[in-house]
Amino acid sequence: MEKAFFDQDNINDSLDRVDGRLKVTGKATYAAEYQLPNIAHAVLVTSTIAKGLITALDSKQAERAPGILAVISHVNSPGVPAYGSSPAMPERATLGTPLRVFHDNLVYFSGQPVAVVVADTLQRAKYAASLVKVQYEKEPHQTDLEANISRAALPANVQRDKNSRYHDYDRGNPEALNTAAVKIEATYKIPTEHHNPLEPHALIAHWEAPDKLTLYDKTQVIKGTQGNLARAFKLPIENVKVQAKFIGGAFGSGIRVWPHVMAATLAAKKVQRPVKLALPRELMFNSVGSRPETIQKLSIGATKDGRLTAITHEAIAHTSTYEEHTERTVLATRVLYACPNVRTRYRLVNLDVNTPTWMRGPGEVTGVYALESAIDELAYALRIDPLELRLRNHADSDPEKNLPWSSKSLKECYAKGAEHFGWHKRTLEPRSMRQGQFLVGYGMASSMFGVHRNNAKARAVLQADGKVIVQSATSDIGPGTGTAMTQIAADTLNISPALIRFDLGESTLPDAPGQTGSTTVSSVGSAVKVACEALKQKLLQLAVTSPHSTLYNANPADLSVADGRIFKTQNPAVSITYTEILKQNNLPQLEVTEESKPGAEWQKYSMSAFGAHFVEVHVNPITGEVRVKRVVTCAGVGKVINLKTARSQSIGGIVGGIGMALTEESVMDHRFGRYVTADFANYHVPVHADVPQIDAFFIDEHDPHVNPVGAKGLGEIAIVGVSAAIANAVFHATGKRIRNLPITPDKLI
Amino acid sequence: MNQFQYVQPTKQKAAIEALVKNANAQFIAGGTNLLDLMKHGIVAPEKLVDINKLPLKKISHENSSLRIGALALNSEVADNKLVLAKQPLLAQALNAGASGQLRNMATMGGNILQRTRCPYFYDIALPCNKREPGSGCSALAGFNRMHAIFGYSDKCIAVHPSDMSVALAALDVTVVVAGPQGERQILFTDLHRLPGDQPEKDTTLTRGELILDIIIPDTPFAQQVHYLKVRDRASYAFALVSVAAALATQNNIITAARLAMGGVAHKPWRLSETEKSLVGKPVSEKTFQEAAEIAMRGAQAFTHNAYKLKLAPNILVEALKTAAGIA
Ligand SMILES: Cc1cc2nc3c(=O)[nH]c(=O)nc-3n(C[C@H](O)[C@H](O)[C@H](O)COP(=O)(O)OP(=O)(O)OC[C@H]3O[C@@H](n4cnc5c(N)ncnc54)[C@H](O)[C@@H]3O)c2cc1C
Repeated sequence: MEKAFFDQDNINDSLDRVDGRLKVTGKATYAAEYQLPNIAHAVLVTSTIAKGLITALDSKQAERAPGILAVISHVNSPGVPAYGSSPAMPERATLGTPLRVFHDNLVYFSGQPVAVVVADTLQRAKYAASLVKVQYEKEPHQTDLEANISRAALPANVQRDKNSRYHDYDRGNPEALNTAAVKIEATYKIPTEHHNPLEPHALIAHWEAPDKLTLYDKTQVIKGTQGNLARAFKLPIENVKVQAKFIGGAFGSGIRVWPHVMAATLAAKKVQRPVKLALPRELMFNSVGSRPETIQKLSIGATKDGRLTAITHEAIAHTSTYEEHTERTVLATRVLYACPNVRTRYRLVNLDVNTPTWMRGPGEVTGVYALESAIDELAYALRIDPLELRLRNHADSDPEKNLPWSSKSLKECYAKGAEHFGWHKRTLEPRSMRQGQFLVGYGMASSMFGVHRNNAKARAVLQADGKVIVQSATSDIGPGTGTAMTQIAADTLNISPALIRFDLGESTLPDAPGQTGSTTVSSVGSAVKVACEALKQKLLQLAVTSPHSTLYNANPADLSVADGRIFKTQNPAVSITYTEILKQNNLPQLEVTEESKPGAEWQKYSMSAFGAHFVEVHVNPITGEVRVKRVVTCAGVGKVINLKTARSQSIGGIVGGIGMALTEESVMDHRFGRYVTADFANYHVPVHADVPQIDAFFIDEHDPHVNPVGAKGLGEIAIVGVSAAIANAVFHATGKRIRNLPITPDKLI
Repeated sequence: MNQFQYVQPTKQKAAIEALVKNANAQFIAGGTNLLDLMKHGIVAPEKLVDINKLPLKKISHENSSLRIGALALNSEVADNKLVLAKQPLLAQALNAGASGQLRNMATMGGNILQRTRCPYFYDIALPCNKREPGSGCSALAGFNRMHAIFGYSDKCIAVHPSDMSVALAALDVTVVVAGPQGERQILFTDLHRLPGDQPEKDTTLTRGELILDIIIPDTPFAQQVHYLKVRDRASYAFALVSVAAALATQNNIITAARLAMGGVAHKPWRLSETEKSLVGKPVSEKTFQEAAEIAMRGAQAFTHNAYKLKLAPNILVEALKTAAGIA
C-alpha cells in the first residue's frame, strides 16, 4: 500500500514552497503593504451597544482634528447602490440580508461599524476616531445561546430549500435507542471561537475611476469578492479588480466580504483617494465571523458486543439576527459509522451578534468532537477498547447515500496510527497510567471531511524560452497552493518544476472558486492538470503535423514525453523539444485555457477523506493543567501532492485542535453583548510550549474517481476530531469527562 | 491615540520635575504596558518622560543586600549571576512572566507598576472604577474568572498581574524611590494597595515619585525557594494563581518561611500569618496542608473564580514541598 515516497525520510524530495523565500525574506506583499500614491488611512468607529438605534452621531470635533479627510457614517455615506436608497423609517433587515454598512441608524451587534474616519496618517485617523461621539437608544438584546435555546429553530433557509442537507433526518428507527442494551447520552458544548490569523484583516480600496474599483484585500475568495462588489456598486464585473497574492492565514475568516471591506470602499469613494484599513486585533473579534457556539446532544445505543444500534444527534448553534450561517455539524454522524438507525436535528438561534462563519473544519470539527467523544464514552460503558469499538462499526459503504466510497483507508489509518503511537500499551481503565506525578492518558478519535469540488479554470502558457506560466484566480491562505499547482503542472507537462511559474491571487486570472472547504487541489488542481494536459496534447499534435518536425507523421501512441522533450518510445534519439516545436511553427507562445468540472462520478460514489488521531496527554492532578505530550495523526486524503506541505497542514490542524480542546474561547459578557477576551492576552491560541512532537502520516490512496488529480484535500480534515482525541485522552488520564471546551485547569481541578 | 510630547531627560531631577510640572505627564520605561494602555485609550498622557537615559540599570551586591536598578531589564535580571546565586526565586518568577521578547523590553520598575489585566479595565466602552472612578465595577457580576479572592472591595475585584512582584513580596524587599521631596524607602509590601474606595490608585507612591532601586536583603530563606505559576497555557499567559515560597530549615524543622500569592488580590498577597504558623514545624506534607488552610482563611470567590479556592491551596502545598525538596 505504501510507496517509498511516503517514508518520512524522503520528505526532502518534496518541492520546497515556491514562495517560501519571498515570505521569509519579507518580500511577499500582503494587502496592507501595497504602496499607493496619496494613500489615506481609515479607522473604524464601532458600536458599543448590541442592539438599538444611533440617535446622534457628532463628528464635528473629529472633523476639526489635524489631517482629517472625512468622517463617513449613515449620515453622509456615498451609499451602496444595491442597498437602495436610505429609508425614512429604518426597518430591521429581513433574514438573509448581509449587514448594510452605513445604510441606516440600526445597530445589530456590538462592534458594528457605525462610522469610518479617514485621515492622512493612521495616527491622526485613530485620534480623530476617538473624538466621534455616538449616542444610542438601547433596545434589549439577546446574545446568550443557552438563555435563548427555546427559540432554536430549523433555519429558514433550510425550510425554503427542500434539497438542503440540514433538514431533520431519520434513518431506520431511531427509537431503537430506547431498547438498546447499552446506552449513553451526553451534551457537549463548544464556545464561540475566533480564527485569529496572525495577519489581521486589511485592505486597500482604490477607485481608479468613478466606475473602476481595485481592492487589495485579505480574502480567500477572489472572484467571489469581485462579484460581490460589482453587484453592490452596480459595476460591470470587469471594472472591479481584486488582488490577494499573499495571505497571512485566514482559516475561514476571509471567506466573504465583511462590513469593514464595504466601509473602506465607501471611504475611498468619499475621499477619492486610495484608503487603507487594517483591523486592530480587538476588532478581529467582531468583524470577520467566528465559529458558532454550539450545544450538541448525543445519544448512542449499542449491543453488548459493541454494535451500534442507534444514534441521535441534535445540534443548536447561534447565528446573527440578519443572516443564517449553517454548517455541516450533524452530517458526519450519518456516515461515520455503520448504524441502521440514525436521527439528526440541526437548529439555529438568532442572536444580536455578528454572523458566524466557516472556521477550519467547519461543521465537521464541531460535530465530530461530539460524536467521537460520545463513542469514547460508549467504549467505557461497554469496556471495549475505543479503537476496537470503531473497527467493529466501520462503515464499508456510505450508509446515508447507500453508495460505495470512491476510496477509503480509515482502517489503514487506524492501524498505522496505532502502531506508530503504541496504542497497545494503553490500559483500559481511566486513571490507570502515570508518569511521576502526572496522570497519563491515551486518547484517539476518527476524523472525516467530505470531498468537495467546484468548477475551476486554468490557463497554461508555454513560452519560447521553455518556461510555462500557469494561472488561476485562486488564493493561498497558507497551505502552499502555488507549490502544489507548480508540481501538478510540472508532472503533467513532464518538465522541471523550476520551469513553471504559477500565478494566483488576482481576479483578472481564469475563474477559480475560493480557497474553502479543502477544495483547491481538487478543483483548481484539476483545472491545472487538464489545462497542462491540453497544452501537452497540442504540442504532440504539432510535433506530428509540422513538416519540419523530426516526429512528422509519427503515431502519437508511439511517443513518450520527458523533460520537455517528445520522443519515440522505441527510439528516444528521435525527439523534439517543446521549444523547438514553438520555433518551427513560428509561435511566440502556446496558450490553452481549460475548465474542469465535477461530473457523473458524484452520482456513483460517495467521496470523503478519513483519518485518525492518537494523543497522549499528561495531566497535573494538583493544578489541573493538561499538556499534550505527543500526537500521531494519519489520514487518507487521496494523492498527496507534496509531502512536506501536507505534513505542515496536518501539524497546523493538530495545533488548531489543541487550541480548540484546551485554550481557545471567546467569552461574551451578555449584559453588554461584548466579548471580554478580545485580545491575545485573553484569547489563548497555543504557543510553542503547548505543541509537542507531532508525527503526521498518510496512506497512499489511489482514487481514480474523485477528480483528475486524485487528491481529496487536507486542510480541513487535519483539525477534525483532534479536540475529541484530546478530550478522550484527558478522560483516560483523569476519569473526568469535560464536555464543555476548552478543558482549562479550572474545570479539572 | 492622543498627541503627546516626549522628553528624554538624563538627570533624575529633571525627570521628576517634568512630572511635577505637568499633571498629565507619565514616566515610560520599556513601554510594554504603558503603550498598550495608550493605544487602547485607557490612559492618555500629554507628556511621556522617557527614563531610559537615567543610570538605573545596575545590579550589585553590597551590605548583605542585592540591589537592582529600576531600569534593569527583566531578562537581564533573570540571567544575572548575582541574582541567580543570591535570589533564585526572583529569577524563577521573572522567567514565568510574559515572553522572551517582552522580558527583553520590560524593566523592574515597569513590571512592578504594570496595571491590571481585568478585561473591563481594558474595554473603554464598559464601566470600570479603576479606569473611570464612580462608573461601577463590571467584573463584580460579570466575567470574573481571573479575579480576586482576597482583599477586594465592592468597587474593584481586579488582581495585580505581575509574577515578579509576587517573589518580591515574599523576599522582604525594600523599594528606593525619589520624589519632589527627596528619597525614601518603602517596604515592597506597602507599595501596592488594596482597592478599598479608591481602586484607581494602585500604589502608595505620590505624584512624581520615581522608583530607583529595589533592595533584597540576604536572608536564610533565599535558597530553598520555588515559584509556581498555573496558567491557561504552557507559557505566555497571566497567572490564574501563583505562589512564591521561601523556606529556611534546620534538621528538617522550619526556621523561617516567606509566602506570597499572585492572581488572588489587588496586590501581591503576602501570607504573614501562614509564615508564622510554619516556624518550628517539621517539613512535611501535613505541615504544608495545615499552612494552606491558614492561608486560605477569608478567601471568597465570585461566580467564575471558585476554582481558585482549591487551586491556590493545592499549589501552595506544592510550592512549599518543592522548596523544601520533598515534592
Ligand atoms: C502580551 C503580554 C503578556 C504579559 N505577560 C506577563 C506575565 O505573564 N507576567 C507578568 O508579570 N507580566 C506580564 N506582562 C507584563 C509585563 O511584565 C509588563 O508589561 C512589563 O513588566 C512592564 O515594564 P515596562 O518597563 O515595559 O513598563 P512601562 O510600560 O514602561 O511602564 C509601566 C508603568 O510603570 C511606570 N514606570 C516605569 N518605570 C518606572 C519607574 N522607574 N518609576 C516610576 N514609575 C515607573 C510607567 O509610568 C507606567 O505607568 C505581559 C505583557 C504583555 C504585553
